[in-house]
Formats: sequence, C-alpha cells, structure tokens
Amino acid sequence: MFCEKAIELIRELQRMGDGQLPAFNEDGIRQVLEEMKALYQQNQSDVNEAKTEGRNELIPTIKFRHCCLFRNQRCIAAYLYDRLLRIRALRWEYGSVLPTAIRFHMCAEELEWFNQYKKSLATYMRSLGGEEGLDITQDVKPPKSLYIEVRCLKDHGEFEIDDGTIILLKKNSQHFLPRWKCEQLIRQGVLEHVVS
Amino acid sequence: MSDALSETSDLSADDSQDVMTPAELIAKLEEAWLNEKFSPELLESKSEIVECVMEQLTHMEENLQRVRKGDVKASVHRMEIDRIRFVLSSYLRSRLQKIEKFFPHVLEKEKSRAVGDPSFLSPQEFAFAKEYLANTETYLKAVALKHMPPNLQTVDMLKAVPEPCLDSFVFLRVKERQENILVEPEMDEQREYVIDLEEGSQHLIRYRAIAPLVASGAVQLI
Repeated sequence: MFCEKAIELIRELQRMGDGQLPAFNEDGIRQVLEEMKALYQQNQSDVNEAKTEGRNELIPTIKFRHCCLFRNQRCIAAYLYDRLLRIRALRWEYGSVLPTAIRFHMCAEELEWFNQYKKSLATYMRSLGGEEGLDITQDVKPPKSLYIEVRCLKDHGEFEIDDGTIILLKKNSQHFLPRWKCEQLIRQGVLEHVVS
Repeated sequence: MSDALSETSDLSADDSQDVMTPAELIAKLEEAWLNEKFSPELLESKSEIVECVMEQLTHMEENLQRVRKGDVKASVHRMEIDRIRFVLSSYLRSRLQKIEKFFPHVLEKEKSRAVGDPSFLSPQEFAFAKEYLANTETYLKAVALKHMPPNLQTVDMLKAVPEPCLDSFVFLRVKERQENILVEPEMDEQREYVIDLEEGSQHLIRYRAIAPLVASGAVQLI
C-alpha cells in the first residue's frame, strides 16, 4: 500500500519517547521521495491520456494518487519537524556544544539548522540589555539556596569562582560552591548536586 | 530588599509620568510572568518592564560589589538578585517557547496589526521569530521539499503549524470588578450565559472568554 514507508518514519519517532533523537533515517526519506516521484509520473501520464483521449475513468485513480502524494509530503514534514523540535530541546538541555554521540544522529542540514538556531538565540539573549544581555538558558529552577553541595562525577580540571579562588574538580571530590556557577556543569553531568 | 535598592539612582529620573518604585516594578514583572506562564497564547510584549528590570539588576550587582565581603547582607542581596533574575528569565523563556511553537501565527499577527495597536513581539523577538521561520523553511526545502514533485515543493506554515488553543481552561483572580462577561456554550445543548466577576474572587474559566481582561489587567492568571 502507498504511504507505508512514510508512516513507518513517524512510528519510528513515536517509539523513541522522552525526546531522544534516533539516527536520521536517510534511507527511509529516500524511499518515500522515490515513491512520490513514481506516483507523480504515473499521474502525469494518466492526466495526459485523460485529456487527449477523454478517458475519464482514470480520474479517480489520479485523485487517489494525488492524495497519496500529499500524505507522503505531510508525513515527511511531520517527521522532519518533530526531529527539529527534539534538536531544539538539545540546545536548552546541553548548551551550545552537543555531545558527539548525538551529532552522529543528525544529518548535515540538521546540524546547519542547529547552528543557525544557536546564533539566533545568542543574538536575542545578547540584545536583552545590560553589558552582555541575559543568558536565559540559566536559572531554570527557582533559587532555593545560595550555595550547594556538589560532588564531582568526572575530572574536569580547574574551575574559578567569583572571588578568584580556583577549585580543582577531581572525580569524587565534594565542594560547597555557589549555585549559579554550578548549574551548567550539573546539566552537563560533570557535577552532581548532593542532597543530604 | 529596600536596602540595596534605596542606594540605586531613581528610576523616576528616566520617566516623565510613570514613576514606579522598585517594589512596584518587581510586582509588575511577577504579574506579567504569571500571566505569560498560564496563558495559552502569546501576550503583549512588555519591553519597558524587561528593560527596567535589567537596569535594576545591573544596579544591584554594582551595589553588591561595593559591600564588604563576608557581610551577611551580601548573601541576602545576592539571593534577591538571583530570584529576580529567575523570574525574568522564566518570563522570557515562556515567551520564546510560545513564539517558537506558534511561529507562523505569531508573525502573521504582528504583520497584520494596526499601527496604533500594542505589539506582541519586541523588536528583538520579531527578529528572532523571522530567523526561526527562515531557518526552518530553508531546512525543509534543503532536506526534502526540493526533491519532491513540482507542485509539492512548498508547505504552508500557517496551515501546517497548529494555532494556540484559546479554549483551554485557566485559573484567574479578579482584580477589577467586571460585569456581564459572556460565556459561550461548549456543547450544542448548552446556552450562552453571562456572569459577573467580583473583585478578589477566583475562577476556572475558558481563556477565550476572558482574554481581553488579561490584556487590560482586570484579571490575573494564577
């Protein structure tokens, strides 16, 4: 049946819950595009026949193929757009540098979209006033306390805090640090908030 | 809060008519924040509030530098700065999320509004929204649309992207008494009726019925 491959693309995304990004299904897209090409060509020749030889019984088939073409377009657009939404969420979750594992799952055009999106967002945030604007990807939770206890999950090297002191972030070391400095590192998985 | 803020230069120095104390400014920010958070559609842009709060934060940070290190007051002021920054960030994030979610409709609304009407997008948000639209269209064209048959190479964004659901229910508190608010029926068997909103009362109602009251400030979404 037509449009099967297109629906499969959508199902693939539905299976991966939680906003995970599966690998870009280039093969799947290519197959749907080929089916569209074939349907279009069949329609073109049928339309010609119907016009020149008055074969009106072809019209329902032509209409049917037309619907399939639109359905395929819609499914592809939905597949691609849903992936964009997941990729957009990555910027807010991981920051401007994506983990390599995730980058492998993105096609070149998606990476380009991500770069443009990053740029737009940065320009917007910078324009918010003050000297450097406001980084609205920070401060995601209401502040509960000024300093928090964090444990280091991996070696991250030296880390400077506001008053100039340098902290060495070694695996398993625990520190009592200003909350606003740690947010980004906690999200990246370098530090872990210790709730005692 | 008044301690750190009383050392700042007057906001009133900038404005001719709107003299707002810092406390009033923050109260306005919180109102705008809650309204934006709970409203299903993008509300009017409140650039003046955003600008003033940013200025306020800068002043507070500067004051904090001057305070003796280790002074207990410093921590309290630091917390205050963090809290205000959180509310402001959350407010701007809410707006950005809605702009991205409904981008073709938001742009269309802004383009077709009359010159005197209040705008829904700040100039920076407008630029962001336009870039988002262009970016997404370029992407779809490059990956798939240009490989499709000639009559299928465009997607009408206004039709493809869903509009905000104005019939979602919202909680509100009434700030100014309202009379004769028309409530449309939800189902065919019901009929429309009018209600009065008493000051201070709280309601759960469809957003569509009270949208203009949110814009005018007569009700507060909670």
